[in-house]
Amino acid sequence: MLMVNGIEVIYNHVILVLKGVSLDVPEGGIVALLGANGAGKTTTLKAISNLLKAERGEVTKGAIEFRGERVDRLTPNDLVRRGVCQVMEGRHCFAHLTVEENLLTGAFTRRDGRGEISAALDKVYHYFPRLRERRSSQSGYTSGGEQQMTAIGRALMARPSMILLDEPSMGLAPQLVEEIFDIVGELNRNERVSFLLAEQNTMVALRHANYGYILENGRVVMDGEAHDLASNEDVKEFYLGLSTAGRRSFREVKHYRRRKRWLA
Amino acid sequence: MNIPRYVPVAALSALLAAGLIAPLATGETAPGFWVEVLIGGLMTGVLYSLVALGFVLIFKASGVFNFAQGAMVLFAALAVARLAERMPVWAAVIGAVVIMIALAFAVERLVLRPLVNQDAVALLMATLGITFFLNGFGQSIWGSDIYEINLGIPREPMMVLGNVFEGGVLVNRDDIAAAITAVLLVGALAVFFRRTATGRALRAVADDHQAAQSIGIPLDRIWVIVWSVAGVVAIVGGVIWGGKLGVQFSISQVALKALPVVILGGFESVPGAIVGGLIIGVGEKMAEVFLAPPLIKAFDLAGGGIENWFAYVLALLFLLVRPEGLFGERRIDRV
Repeated sequence: MLMVNGIEVIYNHVILVLKGVSLDVPEGGIVALLGANGAGKTTTLKAISNLLKAERGEVTKGAIEFRGERVDRLTPNDLVRRGVCQVMEGRHCFAHLTVEENLLTGAFTRRDGRGEISAALDKVYHYFPRLRERRSSQSGYTSGGEQQMTAIGRALMARPSMILLDEPSMGLAPQLVEEIFDIVGELNRNERVSFLLAEQNTMVALRHANYGYILENGRVVMDGEAHDLASNEDVKEFYLGLSTAGRRSFREVKHYRRRKRWLA
Repeated sequence: MNIPRYVPVAALSALLAAGLIAPLATGETAPGFWVEVLIGGLMTGVLYSLVALGFVLIFKASGVFNFAQGAMVLFAALAVARLAERMPVWAAVIGAVVIMIALAFAVERLVLRPLVNQDAVALLMATLGITFFLNGFGQSIWGSDIYEINLGIPREPMMVLGNVFEGGVLVNRDDIAAAITAVLLVGALAVFFRRTATGRALRAVADDHQAAQSIGIPLDRIWVIVWSVAGVVAIVGGVIWGGKLGVQFSISQVALKALPVVILGGFESVPGAIVGGLIIGVGEKMAEVFLAPPLIKAFDLAGGGIENWFAYVLALLFLLVRPEGLFGERRIDRV
């Protein structure tokens, strides 16, 4: 459905951030993009959604295709019209608009009339009942979890077939992270929305995704089915903080680390 | 220093009320004259409000402090005045609307789009450039004389309230028309921002450019819309002002008075621009007429001139105690 083919991204004409990233999101899939800070997760998502240009970034090589069509030269709103919507890292709600107004802005690209839009609003409230309670508060005054829900709900209002979800767990309590991921799963099953999600929280992401890519320094170093990744020794050691001996105590910390197999 | 938020508002209200009542209370001023000064102040205020409104609209939707609003008012007024020499006034106004929309397209394409996501200062400098360009370009194509706009409203003032005050009160018909137009315009804008999808999108863009883009709001189109609306507001302001005083270069200087108005009312607030404009209009007129003569007598000053600095001092006081203005949006910070 979404194919990213060897893209290179350069910021400010000099800083090479992505060095040939390829990935594939199948129809109806949840694909996780994993990696540490600065690995290039957000850049990959923004390259797809065409939000890079506003940050002086540019896709210089490779191609991005959505349903067989080249999309890397379109504008962000062209892409939203084609059904790809990004939920940005750090939520980015419109602070001075109410929660409901935030959601309604998500329907800006839709031309199918009031009835359909209010039905979509009801659907969002069905998945996020908390938002119905807070519908008339300014979203700047709502909690982090509510803002994340608002951001996802706002993207849903555009009736996307794919959502690029950037770091939904950021700054949220573990219980809330779990709740949000559960809803992502539900949306995937019931509404047939495909997800490409960038996450640092490898554990949670691999539990909910079906496929994963690991990004390091702007390259995909490993990819595979989510449960294969979760049981891979390297991933366990470097991303899940587990070693063969299970959870390690800091008292017995080794002073050498296992060499990453993919660097060999 | 921790002053509760209502203090500056209460203090200002008290001051204004006192300033308004004082000349009447001393009994030295004829009530009819007092009302005439009040109305004169309100009318100047309406004009300040209209210029400030243009500022607020563009600031709300793009975070750009549009220094060129005053130049746009002059440009629009010149367009109406010169076009009206060849066609009826209503056709000239429509022509001016077309011109201002074309201008909005040009500004978006040539200035805003290349400067997307740059510092606010870069954009401010760009609008400063637009100001000088519009002033000069306006003279190149429309000429630099003083032109008249004749709206067909009878010039001779009406006498009203003759039975309430001795001698009645003189009111200009065009002032009344101006006030009604301004009220209608503001009402229409309020509905537009609150109730329509486009208005909501404009407010969304004001809050967060990138997020707005990410959900498919096209920034370029939004900017064209908001600059067009500001252009139409400029036409209304320009026609009212030009109809009263003639179209001349000094109109563009009004922009400088709109600055304290938006500081007083709040940068993001349409009602703030209106109330701020009226307060400053009335305040400076009252101060000039009733406060200056006793001051001159008491301190042996050379002249009045309060009208020229009153607005700025008021704005300065507001910056100290309530920087977001009367109706401005409070910064929402999560801690």
